[in-house]
Amino acid sequence: MNALTQYIELYRKNSDLVNKGSSSVMNRLRREALDMIESTVLPKKGSENYETIDLNALLEPDYGINLARIDIDVNPKAPFRCGIPNLTPSIFFLENDIYREIKDARKNFPEGLYVGSLRNFCDEYPEVAARYYGKIADIRNPLVALNTLLVQDGIVIWAGKNVEVDFPIQIVSILENGMPLMALRRLLVIAEEGASLKILTCDHTQTEKMNFLNLQTIEVIAGEGATVRICEMEESTEQTVRLSSMYVSQAQSSDVSAVGITLYNGVTRNEYNCNFTGKDSSLRLAGMAIEDKKRVIDTYSEVVHAFPGCHTDELFKYVVDDEATATFNGMIKVLKGADKTEAYQNNRNIIGNEGARVYSKPRLEIYDDDVKCSHGSAIGQLDQKQIFYMRTRGLSEEQAVFLLKQAFMSDVIDLISLPDFRQRLHTLVERRFAGKDRNCSSCRSNCLGDD
Amino acid sequence: MLKIHDLKAEIDGKEILKGINLEINAGEVHAIMGPNGSGKSTLSMVLAGNPAYQVNGGSVEFCGKDLLDMAPEIRSHEGLFLGFQYPVEIPGVSMVNFMRAAINAKRKYFGLPPMSATDFLKMMREKRSIVELDNKLASRSVNEGFSGGEKKRNEIFQMAVLEPKLAILDETDSGLDIDALRIVANGVNKLKSSNNATIVITHYQRLLDYIKPDFVHILYKGKIVMTGGPDLALELEEKGYDWIRQQADNE
Repeated sequence: MNALTQYIELYRKNSDLVNKGSSSVMNRLRREALDMIESTVLPKKGSENYETIDLNALLEPDYGINLARIDIDVNPKAPFRCGIPNLTPSIFFLENDIYREIKDARKNFPEGLYVGSLRNFCDEYPEVAARYYGKIADIRNPLVALNTLLVQDGIVIWAGKNVEVDFPIQIVSILENGMPLMALRRLLVIAEEGASLKILTCDHTQTEKMNFLNLQTIEVIAGEGATVRICEMEESTEQTVRLSSMYVSQAQSSDVSAVGITLYNGVTRNEYNCNFTGKDSSLRLAGMAIEDKKRVIDTYSEVVHAFPGCHTDELFKYVVDDEATATFNGMIKVLKGADKTEAYQNNRNIIGNEGARVYSKPRLEIYDDDVKCSHGSAIGQLDQKQIFYMRTRGLSEEQAVFLLKQAFMSDVIDLISLPDFRQRLHTLVERRFAGKDRNCSSCRSNCLGDD
Repeated sequence: MLKIHDLKAEIDGKEILKGINLEINAGEVHAIMGPNGSGKSTLSMVLAGNPAYQVNGGSVEFCGKDLLDMAPEIRSHEGLFLGFQYPVEIPGVSMVNFMRAAINAKRKYFGLPPMSATDFLKMMREKRSIVELDNKLASRSVNEGFSGGEKKRNEIFQMAVLEPKLAILDETDSGLDIDALRIVANGVNKLKSSNNATIVITHYQRLLDYIKPDFVHILYKGKIVMTGGPDLALELEEKGYDWIRQQADNE
């Protein structure tokens, strides 16, 4: 079985339509993507780096793809529920995979900051777009190839040289449709030399009991001395598949952090591929997921240190209950010549019961002598001593477990650089553990707090 | 207040308590002393309801109710407090949130609404002063990164917040310097009244200079082998435990 065949056929039949809905910069890469897909076989479940995820099975269902760019009526009110008090971000939307913006979203934009439709950007700034688009995402990755083949639009965030953006740019991506749908999303983040950006992405699925696949490729390019902070939050449904591939390229003395928060999901694979192209840079990758029922979280990260003095810190924490599955697959490579590298990798899991599964594979490959590296992994249950201590103070066992699970997630949340969002997230995690997942019909997070 | 009758308990298949008998009335301070491994901490854990310990016989009546029948949190609500020998660190849970949850759980048990934020903060402030506990400690995670002395002060602070009828202080003096010992002991003395009682478990007479016991019990091989007044502690300090061992083993 090769689930890719249907997409090859789809593209062959509709290539004109695909190209028409997009931009020449994006269209230029489709040929290579097609060649790649035609010559590739999807990795089988159980093969290296795909130990617990079956891409064939996930890509096989017949999802609709909105190649003709037909407007789907997405409830425009719901996204505003994602507003965060005290935080006045500039919000941009992807309704399925159609770009939308609201009036005044660019109100306080400094000169040199561009946020908007990727397609428009490619038309307006073809040279800049060609310099960055598809340059760091690896087309040999079948998920990237498939995305590149069919994607027609997305969002670009481009901060020019020394442009420091002190407010967060928020991207709200919504899945809503009456039939199964695959959304092809692309995010291109460019922080040129000395620029700084804070980005918050929120993935929501609004239609319950509907199958969705979100296939997205994210490229983050941090120039010399640039700072990029990305926080991705997923609040989807059990019927949502998210296959996300993030590629990060960091020039000298840059600082990037990417924190992934999975509150509600179906099957999620988050890939991170990070490369340093200069010395003295720092990278933080972190994630937390709360998995129950039959949900699946699968994290794959590969960081390559080829330059001296760079620093990587990874922390991924999962709480896994019922029949849920969590996988952490991490690789840090320190190449010869990458002196004074510091790289740490940490995966911690709380497994709630016998039906739940956690797979953890932290790896380091070190080819240089002068480095500080460590990796750690733990899969365990909550500490009975802590639970007893709390019970002697009058907390019920249930309450103690509730507080301990929240506490377990707190260090990942505290890595997020948006204080108000951090505060909100503590509350959302609390609600998640309290099982309050059906309070608000349009949005699982109940962001505004009205019960 | 507390009536322990022929209490037997084990952990991991090993019998530790082999028939404890003890009666404590309101207003009294009892000291329990004894050599290492005699069962002092086991007694405190069994009274607090640690599920790792198994009770094999006997009964414990607390304020007229069957203590052994209650979950640990119910024992707490009913007025039993255990000050831990090794207070547990709980990273990520702040002292403030922990105490708020504890207070409100107790209020809920007695059918009261949660305490208002103002009242709660006011109470925290008052109780903190009893053990000279820094405000900063209250906002930090429970016991995380606390020094030995701070942990023990934090135990007495929690005791002050929960206002127990019976407090069991398990080697509260261990790991304390003289100043911390004085602060902790003063805290315990301030909380003492004619309506509550205290069990002080200790190795050394030193603590009893600060917290004056009405009775001193000596625990040896899972049984109380001797009971006396404050003088017994002094005698122990002088003679060591050997004479107790000899006497008990001969019987």
